[in-house]
Amino acid sequence: MESVLGRYRNLVILVGVLFLQVLGLAMQVKRGGNANDAENTRLIRIWGVGAITPFERLLVWAQNGSSDIWHNYFYLRGVRAENRQLKDQIEQMRLEQVRLAEDAAQARRLQTLLAFKEQFISRTVAAQVIGSSGSDLSRTVYIDKGENAGIKRDMAVITADGIVGKVLVVYSSVSQVLLINDQSSGVGALLEKTRLQGVLRGTANGEVVLERVMSDEQVPLGETVLTSGGDQIFPKGLPIGSVMKVGNGKDLFLNIKIKPAANLSKLEEVLVLVENKERQAVAEENVHVRAADILAQRLPSVPDKPATSTNAAAGTAGTTANPAAAKTAAKPGSTTPATAPAPKKPSTSSNVSSASAPGTGQTAKPAPQSSPAPKNAGAADDTEATPKPDASEKPASDQPKTAEPTPAAAPTAPPADAKPPADQSSPQ
Amino acid sequence: MPNRPPTRAAHNSVPITYTSNEQVEVYRFSIPVTIGIPLLALFLQSFLPLRFPLFRDYVDLPLLITIFFAMARRNPIAGLFTGAIIGLAQDMLGHNPIGIYGISKTVVGYGASSLGVKLDVENAGARLLVTLGFYLVHSAVHYTVGHGLVNMTQTWSWSHGILAGLANAILAVPLFFLLDKFKQRT
Repeated sequence: MESVLGRYRNLVILVGVLFLQVLGLAMQVKRGGNANDAENTRLIRIWGVGAITPFERLLVWAQNGSSDIWHNYFYLRGVRAENRQLKDQIEQMRLEQVRLAEDAAQARRLQTLLAFKEQFISRTVAAQVIGSSGSDLSRTVYIDKGENAGIKRDMAVITADGIVGKVLVVYSSVSQVLLINDQSSGVGALLEKTRLQGVLRGTANGEVVLERVMSDEQVPLGETVLTSGGDQIFPKGLPIGSVMKVGNGKDLFLNIKIKPAANLSKLEEVLVLVENKERQAVAEENVHVRAADILAQRLPSVPDKPATSTNAAAGTAGTTANPAAAKTAAKPGSTTPATAPAPKKPSTSSNVSSASAPGTGQTAKPAPQSSPAPKNAGAADDTEATPKPDASEKPASDQPKTAEPTPAAAPTAPPADAKPPADQSSPQ
Repeated sequence: MPNRPPTRAAHNSVPITYTSNEQVEVYRFSIPVTIGIPLLALFLQSFLPLRFPLFRDYVDLPLLITIFFAMARRNPIAGLFTGAIIGLAQDMLGHNPIGIYGISKTVVGYGASSLGVKLDVENAGARLLVTLGFYLVHSAVHYTVGHGLVNMTQTWSWSHGILAGLANAILAVPLFFLLDKFKQRT
C-alpha cells in the first residue's frame, strides 16, 4: 500500500486537492447557491478582494489625476467654442425644462387626485469603477465606495444613460456590483409605449434579454425599456435600453433582445441609489416660470412709464408675484382683455399662473376679447392661451364683492383706496 | 566524441525522456516573483477589461502564469498547487462559487508541469502549442465543473474556444520570454 502511494504520489495529491475543492464547491452549492454564496465565503473573498483592489484604486486615481491635469491645464483647445455651444444648449434646455415642468405639475395634480404614492431618489453616491471580475462568466465590477460610504447590499447602481446593476457584496471600502447582463441578474422591466411587463435577464454570452412577454404581443423594434419597480430594487421608470431583436422563445414567450442604454463594457463612473423615499403625490402650489417668461426676459424691453398709470402700475405690480410681470404691466402694450368672462371656478394652478400672466403672456399672446371661459382652467395650455383673471389687477370699482375672480381690466388708474387682496399670489 | 562535463545529477533536475538524453534545468523563483507575478496577473485580468472589453472574453492571464510556473518548475506537485492557488484567487474576484477556476487550473498546473518534465518546452513553437492545448483543457474542465457541479448556464463554442486559445497562445510566447528573466537556476 505504501509503495503504491509512493509510486503514485503526485496523482494521489492531485486527486486529494481536487476532491477538497469539489467538496468546497458542493458545500457552497448546498448552502443556497449563488444567492447566499457571497455571505458564506465572505472571509475568503475579503482576502482576495483586499489583495487586488488597493492596486486598482491606486491606478485609477493616478490615471484620473494625470488625465485631469492634461485636460484642465494643458489641452484647452476648443474650450471657448464648446462653452458657447453649451450655453446655447442650456438655453434650449431651460425652455424644454419649463415645458416638462408643466407636464410634471399636471401629472402631480392627477396623482394627487388619485392619491398616488410616488417614489423618488433622495440620495445617491457617486462611485468610480475600479475593477472587474475578469471573467466572462461573472459579469461584476468593483466600485470604490463601500460600507463606509453608506452602501448596502441590493442597492441600485445607475449611470446617466440607464441602469447598470445592483450591489452584490459590500466590503469596507469597495463594493461588488452585479451587472444586468450577468446570467444570475434579474430586473423587473416594462416597455414604454405598450406597457408590457417582463423580466430582464442576462445570458451566458453577456447579452440582455427580456423574458416573460407572451408571444402574441406586438413588440416594436427600438422601443424603450424601463424599470417597472417590481423588483423592489430599481425605482420605476429608469431607462434600461431599447428593443434590438424580437424572436420566439420557449413556452409561448417571446425572446426579446435588449440593447442596454448604459455602456456596460466601459463603465467609469456610476451612481449608487442610497436612499429612495416614498411620498404622497402633492400638486405644486407654485409653477415657477413659463417659457414665455424666459423669452420675455431676453427680449429688449421698453423702459417703464413713470407717468399717469403709476397708481395703476403700483396696484398691479404690487400684487403680482413675479417682478417681471410687474414691470411689463406698466407697458402700453400690456393690456388685458376688458370683457373676458370670468371662469366660474378656476383651479389653483391657473390662478398661480395668472400672477405672471399680465407681464408676459398677455403681451406676447393677447387673448381675444370676450373669449369663452376655459372649461378646464387647470390645463397648462389653457393657462397660457387665455389670460388668467386676477382680482388684484382690477380697479377697485370693478372689484366684485365676492371672492370670485372676474376678468382683469386695463391698467387704468385705480382709485386711491384700492387695496390688493390679502393673498396676492393666490387670490382664491 | 568530445569530453563533456558530467551532468549534474541533482534531485532538482529530471531527465528528458522524449527529446534527448540531456538533463533539463529545473528553475526556481524568488519569493517576490512567486507572489508578485500571479498577483499582477490577477490585477491586470481584473483591471484591463474595463478599458478593453475583449480582454475578458479572449485572454486569461492567470492561466498563462499557471502554465509558465508549472512548466518552469517541472514539479507536478508544485504545479498543481500553483494552479490551485491562482485559480482560487481568481474565483474570489467573481461572484460564482469558489473552486471552479481552482479545479480547472489545478488540472492545468499538474498537466503543464508533468509535460514540462517530458518535453522541452523552451522554444516558441512548443510554447504556442502547449498553451493552445492547455487553454482548451482548461475550458473543458471549467465547462464540465460549472455545468455539472454548479448548474451554471454555459455555452460551449468551438470557434470561440479556438480563437481565444490562439489569442492566449500568441500572447504567451512573448510573455514567457519576458518571464524567463525571473528564472533562477537551482
